Amino acid sequence: MAHASPPPAFKNPMVRWIDSRLPVFTMMQKEYGVFPMPRNANYFWNFGAIAMVMLMVMIVTGIFLSMHYTPHVDYAFGSVERIMRDVNYGWLMRYVHMNGASFFFIAVYIHIFRGLYYGSYKAPREILWMLGVVILLLMMATAFMGYVLPWGQMSFWGVTVITNLFSAIPLVGDSVVTWLWGGFAVENPTLNRFFSLHYLLPFVIVGVVFLHVAALHVTGSNNPTGIDPKGPQDTLPFHPYFTIKDTFGLVVFLFVYLAVVFFAPNFMGHADNYIPAEPLVTPAHIVPEWYFLPFYAMLRAVTFDFLFIEAKLGGVIVMFASVFILFVLPWLDTSRVRSARFRPIYKWFFWILFVNVLILGQVGALAADDPFEVFGVSFGFISATAVGQICTLYYFFHFLVLLPLLGKFETPLPLPQSIHESVLPKSARGGGPMPAGATAKPMGKA
Amino acid sequence: MPKTTAVLRALALVGAVAGTLGLATGAHAAGESETPPNQDWSWEGPFGTYDRAAAQRGFLVYKQVCASCHSMDLLDYRHLTGIGFSEAEVSALASGFLVIDGPDENGDMFRRPAVPSDGFINPYENDQMARLANNGSLPPDLSVITKARAYGADYLYALLTGYEDPPEGVEMRAGMHYNRYFSGGQIAMPSMIIEGGGGVVEYLDGTEPTLAQQAWDVTTFMMWAAEPHMERRKEMGVMVLVFLAVFAVLMWLVKRRVWSDAH
Repeated sequence: MAHASPPPAFKNPMVRWIDSRLPVFTMMQKEYGVFPMPRNANYFWNFGAIAMVMLMVMIVTGIFLSMHYTPHVDYAFGSVERIMRDVNYGWLMRYVHMNGASFFFIAVYIHIFRGLYYGSYKAPREILWMLGVVILLLMMATAFMGYVLPWGQMSFWGVTVITNLFSAIPLVGDSVVTWLWGGFAVENPTLNRFFSLHYLLPFVIVGVVFLHVAALHVTGSNNPTGIDPKGPQDTLPFHPYFTIKDTFGLVVFLFVYLAVVFFAPNFMGHADNYIPAEPLVTPAHIVPEWYFLPFYAMLRAVTFDFLFIEAKLGGVIVMFASVFILFVLPWLDTSRVRSARFRPIYKWFFWILFVNVLILGQVGALAADDPFEVFGVSFGFISATAVGQICTLYYFFHFLVLLPLLGKFETPLPLPQSIHESVLPKSARGGGPMPAGATAKPMGKA
Repeated sequence: MPKTTAVLRALALVGAVAGTLGLATGAHAAGESETPPNQDWSWEGPFGTYDRAAAQRGFLVYKQVCASCHSMDLLDYRHLTGIGFSEAEVSALASGFLVIDGPDENGDMFRRPAVPSDGFINPYENDQMARLANNGSLPPDLSVITKARAYGADYLYALLTGYEDPPEGVEMRAGMHYNRYFSGGQIAMPSMIIEGGGGVVEYLDGTEPTLAQQAWDVTTFMMWAAEPHMERRKEMGVMVLVFLAVFAVLMWLVKRRVWSDAH
């Protein structure tokens, strides 16, 4: 797919000298300079780059925070507050980091749903997609451990609830939990190891992101039509076209992110996490951070024993399965058409799945025996748990039943002949590649 | 297979419609404690600042009333310059408190007047003593209290002004006080703020120390204590957002220019 281009001739002799010994400049030129991007990639294609920037923001702010943080049960809460009060710009670092986690997940969730909509997981991008799922899992582990570090009430009870899940594993469950805790309760060793791992895992993420990008640069990016570029008329060089487009998208994203950081920094947090951890006082209502709510709802959806599987273990299996199912998604979806644009029925089911996940998120935020409630409107006739069960069932129904069947029964719309045919105005079509500096008006697409 | 397609499409429609209907019906649920009314605080909005006079009066209320049971471990006296006290005033204020220091050259602990770098003194030596003195309840530390409760300052103000006689049929537990803003309605803390100040709180600036005024002032102080850098944060936020907005427009123009030959 990548079009061979002559090796770049660098003007600067120093650059030439280095490049002939370590061809980093050639590589950058190839992967980010002339790298062919489908010309019709819309603004949803910004979120990979945005997620990358968020990862860097998290690592940089995290390194500064760790210089002042004390991973000890007696000092952790106080040290975070010292950062907020007495460290120069500590409040800025902490709020950027704390909200950065949320916005990293926002970027990544949009990135994932974009992939689902445009079929970016299909051949030949299966490994690219699976590496993405690995990144998601690593992010979840990292975010979970990071939330423990301030050692507030939600930190403590969140880690207590989640680590206790592992006790559901048959035979070795209790030993596993003791091993995870480093003791017989959530205590100082637990906080210590979570701090250690919270510092380590982001760098593992960097490694997998590198592989993710490497795999992307083998297949090239997908695009809204889902059809492969057929030649240079279908693509544009990454620079300057997509460097500038990504920059613009990133700045808009940063605007929203920093508006929250500076004007509503605790909006997405839970008030209880400003209460120091107290092992003897259980909060009335333990909830994870918002980005875990759909998974938390699926965990709690299993309220019954199934054959020899206890409810608790069943919930754990369902929760992990909800992410792991994404690994086999490329083979569950039997349709050969990638983009939902040309899949009239899948398009509907995509949005139903999307709404389904939102409802699961809402269920995750409610107490299990509450009636289902959304936007302050309560549904007396159905409990949150029941809604969670229906939505969990639907979630798996979507992947395990609908997707395999849709590919067989759905009649896709006719695909366009090529990308440039689908995006260029009629008058400009058929002439092969556009001459540079052509005067065609911008279409205002995307 | 257009027929199957139509069936599947109909199924999807039914699902979507059912979902929408489900969202549109239902009734309000009764909450466990009442939602505090929304107040107009000076610090709200992107340019909001703390009302210094109210915060200083609020510190007085804290010192005279709250501090007899509640700690504020995360605050030092030096922080009080943040609500407009001069360094000399802070030194004078701090010297009114005795802190335990030491050990001295004989190995003994001793008491000395506090200096600005000392932390707010704690009314009790430990949590057990605090519980003993408070009917078994532990008065929470107030350093970040407005951030540690849902509805923040609105809640605190509603709670402080929300004491009333229990409605009929509510059985009060021994030593508890009725407050409909408190979760469960029964709170160990009595209404401590005295209407008119009762000689305990005397405002020097001539403000009438009504119960509501004192509650308002001490809530302002608590909000500042929980979020002392809020003003700096918002100032910086305005600059950052203005910069990003201009930068976004520029990038959009550059993007349009760059892409003009690609369409």
